[in-house]
This record gives sequence, structure tokens and C-alpha cells, in this order.
Amino acid sequence: MGFIGDSIGSLKSINVRQALEQAITLGMIVSSALILWKFLMCVTGSESPVVVVLSESMEPAFQRGDILFLRMGEDPIRAGEIVVFNIDRREIPIVHRVIKVHQRNDTSDIDILTKGDNNPTNDRGLYAPGQQWLQRQHIMGRAVGFLPYVGYITIVMTEKPIIKYVLISALGFLALTSKD
Amino acid sequence: MHSFGYRANALLTFSLTILALMAAMASFSDNFNSPSPTAHVQVLNVNRFQNRPNGDDEIGMTLSISADLQSLFTWNTKQVFVFLAAEYGTPKNAMNQVSLWDGIIQLKEDAKFSTKVKNKYRFIDQGSNLRGRDINLTLHWHIMPKTGKMFADKLVVTGFQLPHSYR
Repeated sequence: MGFIGDSIGSLKSINVRQALEQAITLGMIVSSALILWKFLMCVTGSESPVVVVLSESMEPAFQRGDILFLRMGEDPIRAGEIVVFNIDRREIPIVHRVIKVHQRNDTSDIDILTKGDNNPTNDRGLYAPGQQWLQRQHIMGRAVGFLPYVGYITIVMTEKPIIKYVLISALGFLALTSKD
Repeated sequence: MHSFGYRANALLTFSLTILALMAAMASFSDNFNSPSPTAHVQVLNVNRFQNRPNGDDEIGMTLSISADLQSLFTWNTKQVFVFLAAEYGTPKNAMNQVSLWDGIIQLKEDAKFSTKVKNKYRFIDQGSNLRGRDINLTLHWHIMPKTGKMFADKLVVTGFQLPHSYR
């Protein structure tokens, strides 16, 4: 019995007031996470301040499951920078390195060509049909920092949704039964 | 109060905090490294220079690149990505950067190198502005840490004037 027995006992003794308190605590946790995310969006200027690397195209620099911190910044994009970009009608953003930049004189329009370090050719094959260059509006941010492995859990959860549900229900169960 | 779950939680939180702190300190220590890299680049030959059917200039060249980037490496360095870019301005574009060659250096021992290469990526202009154009050959590097902040810097190694006529 022990731990499990205690948990079931506390589940039985739950009352309305306690349940409401738990719900509010849970709501606080969720909203503080949201606030933190939106705050990071403001500070970094990137619509997605943290991304998880999903492919091997930037190895050995980035492996699957590594986390990248993004920043947008006002400076023009330059060759060598690692940018995260969105292609029209492609759901998942791509993290690749800029190898070519053409910046206009009169306007600040910019044409960018990217390539994955681990790919043999440039990214024109990944762009929308007929698209030769990336423009500023495709860029979500540039990578400024790096943490290895931390994002792997999200990859596991996307690929095996059952783990996600087990994890969520276990957390929910713990939140409901804890007495603190 | 001191149940198994409570202790496991405390242990996990503490070890993660220590790990995060160590990662932050490792990244911060990179700031104390003041590197002094050297590089030398020479255009050995212009192999071809033509105007493509769509009107863009393309040039092919052989380059001699030698550099000593060993001082960039610290204990938190995973790799150094080094590339040579041709940089120039044209009437239409204020800034053009074309990567001509790049390499990934994972070991400090390999960071002192000397190589003779043809441009790895095609040197194609937007338009036909390359005849007689002065370009700057710039060696850039991006330091990829084991964890933390990434660093980048560059060295303008040499200027070069492209030929006045196609060949």
C-alpha cells in the first residue's frame, strides 16, 4: 500500500473547496508559463523564441532534440548566421545557415539563400515551387544560443503520443492528490 | 511530508539547478577567451567568367586559403564553422555576400590549415555587375559551443579585382 494507498485515500477525502484550490493552482501554473512565453517573444522580437531541432540537416552543430534560442534583432541578416525560416504551405520551420545575401540599395529588401551544414546542396529544393530566395518575412529568428538534448522529450512526445497522455495523467493525478 | 515523491522531486530539482548553473558558467567562461586568429587568402586563378543565359554573371576561381584558428577553441567549443565569403556592392545592391567555401573544424589540432580549393558554391551575381568589380574576400567563423551562447567574428583578408572581360 504505502504511497499508492495514501494517494487513493487523499483522492477519496477530496472536497469541493480543495478541488477548486487545485484548479486555481493549475491555472496559475499554465498562465505563468504563457506569460513567460509572451514575455520572451517581446524581448527577443521573434515569434518563436525557443525551437527544438527536428532534423539532422545541421549536424554536427545541432542534433535532433537540441534547443535553440532565437532572436530577431534589427540588424540586417548576414551570411553565416543560422536562421529559422518558414516556407509558405510548409508547417514545420527549418533551421539552416545563410550562405548568400543580396541586400537592395534603396529599400531594405533582402534576398537570402540558405543551406543545411549537413546537406550537399542549397535549400532551393525545399523552398516553395519556383521560389529562388527567402525574404525578410520568411525569417522567424536567428539562433543565438544553444542547449543540448533538452528538447528531446518533445520529440518523443510528438512521435509517441501515448507517452504524452501517460505523462499528463500522471501529473494531473499527482496535482490532485498532493496535500501541500 | 518527507515521502518518497517529495525527496525524489527535491533531488531532481536540485540536480537540474546545478546542471543549469554549470552550463551557464561554462558559457560565461567563453567571454574570457580573447582569440587572435590569423588568415591568408589568395586568388590563384580565375578559371571561368561568363554571363549566364538568364543574364547573371558567374565566376569560377581557385583559391588558396590558410588560417590559424586554434585560439578560438575553448573547453566549451564543440566546433568552429569557418567560411570564406566574397563581399561587394553593386549599383542595385548595397551588400552582396556570396559564400565561396566553408568547412567545419571539430578539433583544435585541425584549426591550423592550409588548402587550395575551387569555389565550393557557385559565385553567381544578381545581374551582370562582376566585370572589373572590386570584391573583399572575408573569412568568417561561427563558434558553436557545447552549451550556451554562440559567437561569430570575421577577418577581411584580401581585396581582389575581378577581370574586366568574360573568358
